[in-house]
Amino acid sequence: MLLFIEQLLNGLQLGIMLFLMSAGLTLVFGIMQVINLAHGSFYMIGAYVGATVIAHTGSFTLGILAALSAAALAGMVVEALVLRRLYKKDHLDQVLATFGLIMFFNELTRIIWGRQPLFMDVPSWLAGSIELIPGVPYPSYRVAVIVVGIGVGGLLYLLFTRTRIGMQIRAGASNREMAAALGVNIRLLYTLVFGLGTLLAGLAGVMAGPILAVEAGMGESILILTFVVIVIGGIGSIRGALVGALLVGLVDTLGRAFLPAVLRLFLTPAYADGAAASLASMSVYLLMAAVLVWRPKGLLPAHG
Amino acid sequence: MNRRTIAITIGAVALVALPSLASMADEPYLVTLFSRILIYALAAVSLDLMLGFGGMVSLGHAAFFGIGAYVVVILSFHAVEGTALLTWPLQLDGHQSVLVVWPIAVLLAAAAAAVIGALSLRTSGMHFIMITLAFAQMLYYFFVSLEAYGGDDGLSLFSRNTAPGIDLGDERQFYYLCLAALAAFLFFSWRLVHSRFGMVIRGCMENERRMKSLGFATFRYRLVCFVIAGAGAGLAGALIANQTEYVSPGLMHWTRSGEILVMVLLGGMGTLFGPVLGAATLLLVEELLSIYTEHWMVYLGPFLILVVLFAKRGIYGVLAGGNGNHD
Amino acid sequence: MTDVLLAVRSLVKRFGAVKASNGFSIDVARGELHALIGPNGAGKTTALNQLSGELAPDSGEIDFDGRRITRLPIHRRARLGLARSYQITSVFDHLTVKENLSLAIVAHNGHSFRFWRKAGDDPVIHRAIEPAMVRVGLEDRADVVAANLSHGEKRQLEVGMALVGHPKMLLLDEPYAGMGPGGAVELTKLIQRLKAEFTILLVEHDMRAVFTLADRITVLVYGQVIASGPPDTIRTNPAVRQAYLGDDLMEQG
Ligand SMILES: Nc1ncnc2c1ncn2[C@@H]1O[C@H](COP(=O)(O)OP(=O)(O)OP(=O)(O)O)[C@@H](O)[C@H]1O
Ligand SMILES: [Mg+2]
Repeated sequence: MLLFIEQLLNGLQLGIMLFLMSAGLTLVFGIMQVINLAHGSFYMIGAYVGATVIAHTGSFTLGILAALSAAALAGMVVEALVLRRLYKKDHLDQVLATFGLIMFFNELTRIIWGRQPLFMDVPSWLAGSIELIPGVPYPSYRVAVIVVGIGVGGLLYLLFTRTRIGMQIRAGASNREMAAALGVNIRLLYTLVFGLGTLLAGLAGVMAGPILAVEAGMGESILILTFVVIVIGGIGSIRGALVGALLVGLVDTLGRAFLPAVLRLFLTPAYADGAAASLASMSVYLLMAAVLVWRPKGLLPAHG
Repeated sequence: MNRRTIAITIGAVALVALPSLASMADEPYLVTLFSRILIYALAAVSLDLMLGFGGMVSLGHAAFFGIGAYVVVILSFHAVEGTALLTWPLQLDGHQSVLVVWPIAVLLAAAAAAVIGALSLRTSGMHFIMITLAFAQMLYYFFVSLEAYGGDDGLSLFSRNTAPGIDLGDERQFYYLCLAALAAFLFFSWRLVHSRFGMVIRGCMENERRMKSLGFATFRYRLVCFVIAGAGAGLAGALIANQTEYVSPGLMHWTRSGEILVMVLLGGMGTLFGPVLGAATLLLVEELLSIYTEHWMVYLGPFLILVVLFAKRGIYGVLAGGNGNHD
Repeated sequence: MTDVLLAVRSLVKRFGAVKASNGFSIDVARGELHALIGPNGAGKTTALNQLSGELAPDSGEIDFDGRRITRLPIHRRARLGLARSYQITSVFDHLTVKENLSLAIVAHNGHSFRFWRKAGDDPVIHRAIEPAMVRVGLEDRADVVAANLSHGEKRQLEVGMALVGHPKMLLLDEPYAGMGPGGAVELTKLIQRLKAEFTILLVEHDMRAVFTLADRITVLVYGQVIASGPPDTIRTNPAVRQAYLGDDLMEQG
């Protein structure tokens, strides 16, 4: 039971990371109708810049601020230089050009930071663990990640429901032409949305730093999971991204933790562990397949 | 003779003469390199069948490539160990012979394509791209988790497959086998594109809605096209396993699918010879750049973006002149 | 009783709070040209989409040629002979004239899982293609890519594709939209020719065309039929006049 709660929290934490990644990307897909494979690169940029600044200044807060600014800035520059030229092109062109971006960023980080992964320390004030529920110690850092994620989710909610720009963004996600007709400055809006998306990706990246290794190509594995989240949630839908991210985070974590035990009920241990490892590694994709069969447009699609 | 015929003839003659030229120049390594190019060309042509003629942008083609390769290595592994791969529901022993192993490789790749295609083709556009990508990645992680076959580290092939009358272990003979496989697949694709089926597929690419309103069950035709493309990639996979004598999940990583896609676009999509040129160009450029710098991707990435923005017709389009329509 | 080809019973289709079809019913007799008119947003396109299969109705039934087709997918309806023309020119631009016509020919002729033989040598195509090209007067343009045809030639091709499939009924949605006066006269002639061969359901705002062409007219307002009958009774129907109040086109025709 205690293990279960711990794994539940781990799943929640992965879900929150995925939400940060997919919230921005689903908007980019929905509003600009552009498929961006390079979103993981901004996650990576956030992690590298954060790790470097923390190593030099010793301040975790400065590291996070630097990571956020670097990711947002890189995002807006890339939008203005490359993505903007792709909005009118077909998805194939977008795939290829953003694939080119991935190659570029991965290799660039190898040139700057070398091939060895960087390791980021948890700041000392978050190094211990706390008992959220009596008897279940849980690392403070992961708790902090969860809290930050929930906070960002709340801010996004306020942004989209209470502010003018947020409403314009939502209008854009569900109906581009309409938003343009209402006189929204589409070009600026696109750049801002893209920057917001990459900022969130950078935040996810720097927060993942102490949990995972910071290395070139780290953005890709989370990118694929982000895609799964968006497919499950429905393109362009922030609420869908939230639901999808939590589902994927929980299924993935709980599957890895408990499938071996479950399968041992039916199979010999040797078989059970092998089968469980395979099944666990495929679980989120099977979840996606099931959603696809049931609702090809995702659970909460933005466009009717 | 028009420019296209001349270009194709020169290319074909050069490929046939290559092993002799390589041994004259005392560069036997070229034969190995070009075997690899021919194999990737086969994979790229198969992708182009669904991409350039069927309008399906798949970012998971390497999955079928990887399945073909794993079939070869796993069957050979069991043949060498003398163990059975399966005892239930049917007895399946290891095998070394091309005549047994390769058809299995192709059929399994086709079967995987049928399942993945049936699910992915329920959607279109961005969804389709992300879903093909995700399913390919699922297979990638599946093979990573298969500790019995090396997991993450992959598995070596004890020896190349055997075939009556051919020694696959001989680089020169192996090269000609690859060339024959590519030529056969090109000929098959050419017939396919101009057949009644090919016409329907091209119609679906241009306007699926209209095809439906004409009365075509477009889903079925696109699915069959997807399966044929997957089978082609499976054959290429069986070849690559023999060429490198080693497989690992990296073979089906999604960046591999991306590379095959780049080959198609670079060469000229919607043409049959374009992907061959694209594969040759990409692999040769990689080879050349890596002599000068290990960071060649930092140049290739931006180059790709420029190609997308400014040179959409691909190398074949430029060489062949005209609008090089589907030939 | 006239021979009813298309019978639609009480279709309901909601978009959120809007009932775009609110108990829509219509009978189209074999051989007639039936016009469906109504003010903007009345639900005409929505109705047509449900007939062709692009939208599924929330409730109601559609019978075509004695078969219930309410739940059939688009291509099955097309095979039964219910053809929809989106715009009068929607040919396959990247395919040749011959390929365009061939597609229309094979659409209703068995399956097309024929992978090896050249399409042109396929017996089904081989038999029908020459007469089809002669019929639309494009036999000299057989291998021209459709994108390179003139506007008029494209329309000939499109009509040819419709004829080749021998549909029982055509659904036309606002063919006159965006057409100049010269084009409109041409189009009226064309539809008159089609009318001799097919049953047609025509959605149109151009009242002059509607009253020239239609055998019967159904008027839709807020997703509901308010009147249905021959042009003369529709013209004088007070409810229709009410709906079109101030629309002077009603005076002409
Ligand atoms: N996909 C949709 N989602 C939501 N509402 C829709 C959708 N399609 C149509 N509507 C609404 O349904 C109603 C009927 O629309 P429809 O397009 O069928 O009218 P119409 O008679 O064809 O109009 P027009 O003469 O302008 O072409 C309108 O209020 C429209 O806003
Ligand atoms: Mg309409």
